Amino acid sequence: MTNSITDLAGSECIFIIGSNAAESHPIIMGEIYKAAEKGGTIIVVDPRRTAVAENAHIHLSIEPGTDIPLLAGMMRYIIDEGFYDREFVDARVDGFDDLKEFVAEWSVERAAEECRIPAAVIRNVARIYAEAAESAIVYCMGITQHACGSANVTALCDLAMLCGHVGTEHSGIYPLRGQNNVQGACDMGALPNVYPGYQDVSDHAIKAKFEGAWGRELSGSPGLTVTEMIRSAGREIRGLFIMAENPALSDPDVTHVAQSLASLDFLVVQDIFMTETAKFAHLVLPGGSFAEKTGTFTNTERRFQLVRKAVEPPGNAKDDFSILCLLGTAAGLDFSYTDPRDVMTEIARCAPAYGGVTYERLERQGLQWPCPHEEHPGTPYLHKGRFTRGKGLFVVPRHTPPQEMPDDEYPFYLSTGRMFAHYHTGTMTRRSPFLNRETEMAYAEMNPLDALGIGVGEGDTIRISTRRGSIIVAVRVTCRIASGSIFVPFHFTEARANVLTNPVLDPQAKTPEFKVCAARLEKVIDR
Amino acid sequence: MNLVRTICPYCGTGCGLLLRVVDGTAVATYPDREHPVARGHLCIKGWTAHEFIHHPDRLTSPLVKKGDSFKEISWDDAIKLAMDQLLGIAGKYGGDAVGGLSSAKCTNEENYLFQKMIRAGFHTNNVDHCARL
Ligand code: SF4
Repeated sequence: MTNSITDLAGSECIFIIGSNAAESHPIIMGEIYKAAEKGGTIIVVDPRRTAVAENAHIHLSIEPGTDIPLLAGMMRYIIDEGFYDREFVDARVDGFDDLKEFVAEWSVERAAEECRIPAAVIRNVARIYAEAAESAIVYCMGITQHACGSANVTALCDLAMLCGHVGTEHSGIYPLRGQNNVQGACDMGALPNVYPGYQDVSDHAIKAKFEGAWGRELSGSPGLTVTEMIRSAGREIRGLFIMAENPALSDPDVTHVAQSLASLDFLVVQDIFMTETAKFAHLVLPGGSFAEKTGTFTNTERRFQLVRKAVEPPGNAKDDFSILCLLGTAAGLDFSYTDPRDVMTEIARCAPAYGGVTYERLERQGLQWPCPHEEHPGTPYLHKGRFTRGKGLFVVPRHTPPQEMPDDEYPFYLSTGRMFAHYHTGTMTRRSPFLNRETEMAYAEMNPLDALGIGVGEGDTIRISTRRGSIIVAVRVTCRIASGSIFVPFHFTEARANVLTNPVLDPQAKTPEFKVCAARLEKVIDR
Repeated sequence: MNLVRTICPYCGTGCGLLLRVVDGTAVATYPDREHPVARGHLCIKGWTAHEFIHHPDRLTSPLVKKGDSFKEISWDDAIKLAMDQLLGIAGKYGGDAVGGLSSAKCTNEENYLFQKMIRAGFHTNNVDHCARL
C-alpha cells in the first residue's frame, strides 16, 4: 500500500471497494472506524451487504463485475464538473487526454445502467471522494479476482491521481493483503518475472549482477505463474516443489488441479500438516510454524518485522530455513548460512530498496521500505512530491465483463471469499478449537427470495453446480446478499468452493476470476 | 513467565503479539501494546494464534510415498531423494521442466532462499506463490 495503516484514521473520505475489511482485516477496520468518528465519510462498494457495508455511510450495491463502469462514470463526472485536482494533474501526471477520451464514452447514466446504481448516487459519491481534503482508497480481492482485475486496479489509481489523492499522509491507495507475508513473498522475488526488490529477470545488467552474487548462470526468460505451472503439470512441468501452499484447495477448478498434481513425475511438498496438496506428493517434508522460526515478515504497509522463535518444531520437523539450507547445499549451491540474519544481510546487499534493513533496526517498530541505506528512516508513505517513474501516468482501463454470466441453465451469480473465523484453506484455523467452534461447517449465503424460490430454509442443504462441478452445503438465509447471487467461503475442505470456480485468468496479473461465475442451485433431499 | 514477542501468522496487517511459553509449549497469546499498528489489539484469529502450533496432526517426520501410503524416512535420505529427482528432471528435460511454489506464510528469508534455490539450482524462473488467491 502507498501509506501506513494508522494513517487511515486521519482520512476525510475512505472509499472501500471489493474488501470486507471488517471480517478479513479487523484491525485495519478499527482505523477506518476512527476516521468515521472524526467525521470522515465511509463509502463502500460491494455486491454484498457485508459487515463493512452495514457500517458505512453510503453502500453501493453494485452489479458484480462492473467496477470499471462505476469508476469511469465517477471520473467523467469529476472531470466535467471540474472537481479534479488540475494542479496535481498538470504537474505530476501524463496521459490526461487519453483518460478524457476514454471517459467520454462513460456518461454517468450509462454507468448507472451497467452497475444498477442510481446516477444521483454515483454523482454524490464522486463529489465526496474528489472534494475531501484527503481521501483514501481501500481495496482487496473483490477488485483483483476478476478477469479484468489489473484494469480495475488501474482505474482506481487513475481516480486517485485525478483527484490528487496520492502522496500525502492520509490519502493514498490501500490494497489489503490476504495472507500475512504476501507482501514479503513478492518483495523477495517469489515471482516468475522479478528477482528480489522487483528487479527484472530479463534485464541483462540485473541478471549479470545476480549471476555474480549467486555464482551460477541464470535464465533470462520469465517463468510461469502458479496457475500456469499447475495447468502444464505432467507436460512442460515435470517436477514441482511446493512450500507451505495448498493449491489443491485454493486454486480455481480444483478437480483439474488434482489431476495435474497427480500427473507430475515428482512432487515435493513442505508443510506443517498433511494438506490436500501434500496427499499428492511423492515426498513430504515437515516444516516449522511461525512460532518455531526466526526471521522477518513484511506486512501490507511494507513494514519489515521480526519474527522470534518461541518453541521447537515437533518431533523431527525442522524450520523451513534449515530445510532450505540442506536442499540448497544438496543442489550444489553455497547455502552455508548459519542464521537467517546472514540471509537478511545478503538481501540488503542485492536489493537496493531494502539496503538499510538489519535485524538490529527492526527490534522495536520494524522498518517500512524503501529503506536504501542504514541512515534512511524508512518510508511511511510513497509518492511524496514525485512518483517512482518521475511523472505519473493515466492508463486507460479497458472494461471486460465477467467471462461467465448467469444464463438459463446456470441462473445465479456465484462468488467466493473469506469469513472472519477462518483463514485461507483452513489448515491452521480449522485446527484451532476456538475458531472452529465459531464456524464449524461450510455454508452458502443466499437471499430469502431465492431460498423461497427453491423451497429451502436456514440450515437446509443445497447442491450448487457450475460447469466445473458441484458441492453440497448448508444454506444461510440473509439479506446481506442480493437476490440472484450466492456467496461461498473457500476455507472448507468438505465443501470445496473451488470445485465450482471458473479458471479464467486476468491476462496481466494472472489472477483467477473468483468473484463471478454462473451457478445453479437445487434443494437436496437426502445427503 | 516467558513471553516471546512475535508477529501474527494470519493476515497482512501483521499485528504484533506475545506468545506465552511454558515448558516449551505455547499456551496463550497476548496482544502487544507497543506494536505500531495493533497497539494492543488483536482480532479473534490473532488471540487464538497459539492453538494450532502443537496440534497432534502436525507432521513430525519426512515421508515418502510407497504405493498408496506414506512411510517415514530420514532427513538425509529425504534431501537426497528430493534433489536427485528434481535435478534428474532438469537434466533430462531442461530447467524449465522444474517449478517451485514459494509461500506467503513463510518468512522473507525463506522466500529469498527458495527463489534462489529454484533460479540458481535449476536455471529457471518458474517460481511463484499464491499472492493472487
Ligand atoms: S490479529 Fe487479526 S488483524 Fe491482526 S494480523 Fe492477526 S489476523 Fe490480521
